[in-house]
Amino acid sequence: MRVESEAELAEAVAGATGPLTIRGGGTRGLGASQGAVLETGGLSGITLYEPGALTVVVRAGTPLDEIEQALAAENQRLAFEPMDHRPLLGTNGTPTIGGVVAANVSGPRRIQAGACRDFMLGVRFVDGSGTVIKNGGRVMKNVTGYDLVKLMTGSRGTLGVLTEVSLKVLPRPETQACVVLDGLGDEAAVAAMARALGSPFEVTGAAHFPRGADGQPVTMLRIEGFEKSVSYRAGRLRDMFGGQAVRVDDDPDSVAASWLAVRDVQALAGREGDVWRISCKPSDGPALAARLSAEAHHFDWGGGLIWALLPVGTDARARLGEFRGHATRVRGTGDAPALQPEPGPLAALSDGLRTRFDPRGILNPGLMTA
Amino acid sequence: MQMPQPNAGVISRKRRIVERLRDVLPADAVIEDESETRAYECDALTAYRCPPLAVVLPSTTAEVSDVLRICHEEGVPVVPRGSGTSLAGGALPTADCVLLGVARMTGVLETDYDNRFVRVQTGRTNLSVTGAVEADDFFYAPDPSSQLACAIAGNIAMNSGGAHCLKYGVTTNNLLGVTMVAMDGTIMEIGGAHLDAGGYDLLGVICGSEGQLGVVTEATLRILRKPEGARPVLMGFDSSEVAGACVSDIIKAGVLPVAIEFMDRPCIEACEAFAKAGYPMCEALLIVEVEGSPAEIDEQLGKITTIARRHDPVELREAKDADEAGRIWLGRKSAFGAMGQINDYMCLDGTIPVSELPYVLRRIGEMSKEFGLGVANVFHAGDGNMHPLILFNANQEGQLELCEAFGAEILKLCVEVGGCLTGEHGVGIEKRDLMHDQYDAADLEAQMAVKDVFDPKWLLNPAKVFPLDASDARRVVPVAAE
Repeated sequence: MRVESEAELAEAVAGATGPLTIRGGGTRGLGASQGAVLETGGLSGITLYEPGALTVVVRAGTPLDEIEQALAAENQRLAFEPMDHRPLLGTNGTPTIGGVVAANVSGPRRIQAGACRDFMLGVRFVDGSGTVIKNGGRVMKNVTGYDLVKLMTGSRGTLGVLTEVSLKVLPRPETQACVVLDGLGDEAAVAAMARALGSPFEVTGAAHFPRGADGQPVTMLRIEGFEKSVSYRAGRLRDMFGGQAVRVDDDPDSVAASWLAVRDVQALAGREGDVWRISCKPSDGPALAARLSAEAHHFDWGGGLIWALLPVGTDARARLGEFRGHATRVRGTGDAPALQPEPGPLAALSDGLRTRFDPRGILNPGLMTA
Repeated sequence: MQMPQPNAGVISRKRRIVERLRDVLPADAVIEDESETRAYECDALTAYRCPPLAVVLPSTTAEVSDVLRICHEEGVPVVPRGSGTSLAGGALPTADCVLLGVARMTGVLETDYDNRFVRVQTGRTNLSVTGAVEADDFFYAPDPSSQLACAIAGNIAMNSGGAHCLKYGVTTNNLLGVTMVAMDGTIMEIGGAHLDAGGYDLLGVICGSEGQLGVVTEATLRILRKPEGARPVLMGFDSSEVAGACVSDIIKAGVLPVAIEFMDRPCIEACEAFAKAGYPMCEALLIVEVEGSPAEIDEQLGKITTIARRHDPVELREAKDADEAGRIWLGRKSAFGAMGQINDYMCLDGTIPVSELPYVLRRIGEMSKEFGLGVANVFHAGDGNMHPLILFNANQEGQLELCEAFGAEILKLCVEVGGCLTGEHGVGIEKRDLMHDQYDAADLEAQMAVKDVFDPKWLLNPAKVFPLDASDARRVVPVAAE
């Protein structure tokens, strides 16, 4: 079933007699649940874009590409750098903004600029009873009532079907550079990234690959901004790591390609096995990675995000043991739940919210719990 | 301002309730004498006052849990309070409530520069969070004007902003985790030193919930390394339209200043009389601040002043040193004090799309004449968060009501042009009944459903946020059985 308007969508949900699988572009593996497919791609188009106010309002089914092109024409962008899941998951289709928001998809710049949820200003959605609800708005500062915008972001369509979202956008920087450290072990790399992120030089990406393109360890620190400023900061960072094997890649195209690969987790694309994503305290990263003893792993977010390739059916949580953070199976199937189970009191709140927003349990059932 | 009828049953059981609280708290942490509870009768919205039934000042999360469990069992409403600086009446007590103050919980529990966070007890003031890390060149970014006094607990409750949030975001963007006690006393950890939620973003909905979902006792806050330097430029314009266009052009040019502050003529005049900062007398004044190394600052200010010159500024003053920077900020930072010296004032907090700035300022000017009350505008122009200050005489019969009516019209205007009622102060009691203008019944119902889940008996911070008529059925709860 494909709907073309918010009213049609509300009617479809209200009239549904069984579970619904909500699908935008179908690229992010969010459609694993049961039931009739409800396609939102017909809810498409940018409804408002004010570059001078750094805000864009779009219908949920709008292709991400269309939004990024419109922003690029004004030298702006979605600063949270949403990843494209297609290479990693082997999916086809057109990624939509609704899918990005529903899964709170955020890339390497999350460490500095924030996640998708931090750029969300407003939502319109249809709850599980078919009622249209709005929250937030299109202004950057808004504390009027509870923040359901954050609640909806990352809720994977289980609390409501997004119909329209407002986002804060940011200027696209003039250029970028990458400070590259060679040959560091995981511990030393995370420590180096901590130093860089704790510097005043506004590092907007910090990733470490134990095996880079040439099989040797590589640690990457990204700098963005006006040209003179980028070259100044890259120089200061290089000096900070004087005495180590350090170099600066100042070719913007090459830097862009490197970070696109980080963003889309290209290192694990096309490789046999399950892919897990672990969010943790950055300094815990190396020890957790050691416990995983994955086929391959790397770090983003200065060590706070581990991407790991594990044999099919492995429960990463069993290997990790107790830790503060969460582990998500992004690719693969198995007995272990895909999302990190919540402690009792939080699970009770989550269940309570789901029951209130979707009393019949028809919206992407199981997607937040399995 | 209408408040619900206090629960006579609760008031009649005061003795028993206080005794139970004394059983779990040190003697000096329970205040019941009316001469002492009066100190807590209001927050910074001083027009409304009501002493609570009792005041508790716990020192630990466990004590907070005990207090809430007892109040839950007894069916007693609880009003949480940080430092009591809310301008919206967010911490206004009711006669039947236990007021829970976190003022004794001020500790720094953990400082971690490698992972860039601090964990603090939430009674700690905003400025002293930065105080705990600034010797090592770090800072906590959200900087509400009341930062010397306001507590992190209240910042989280109201999702407080500040002058520098154009670049650094507001509280919710800098809050990594909390220890929260639910109304039934359950202690929970939400978030932490890692980023983002594995399930629903409960932290996101707790932040800004005005103390109605739980009492946050500890917080993990993101800290940032201080920039190498910062410098402002001051520019004056003939009209607010031109100033607004200049703001828009700066942003479109790809420069992201850390702050863009706007003042109109009445505000400039008052600040100048008070602080003598040497401001030009003009219709609109902008203070734009950028950060970085000296060369980076020069480059950004160069771009900004080039844009400003295209708008024919009547004054363009770049700070050359710290002293000049201080003088540029002096007037702005004393704006509220300056206004307070010449009059009573009410500070509003609506946000508008930046593009609507000239229209909104013109309408406010017209309404000022209609209501016969002066108004001065000072606000964060980069993000559209306005702070109209309506001047009135509190000692003159009817002026407070007139001022409130004027304020309500301004806020409705903000909503009408695509903005909102409150950008950083919160709804509290002040804007509670205007919520109907921003949200329809289904929107409010969805928000109230969240409260139903977190606080089924609706005991936490009663009569705030939601219009009384909308929340009526939920607030009338049977008193707990003996």
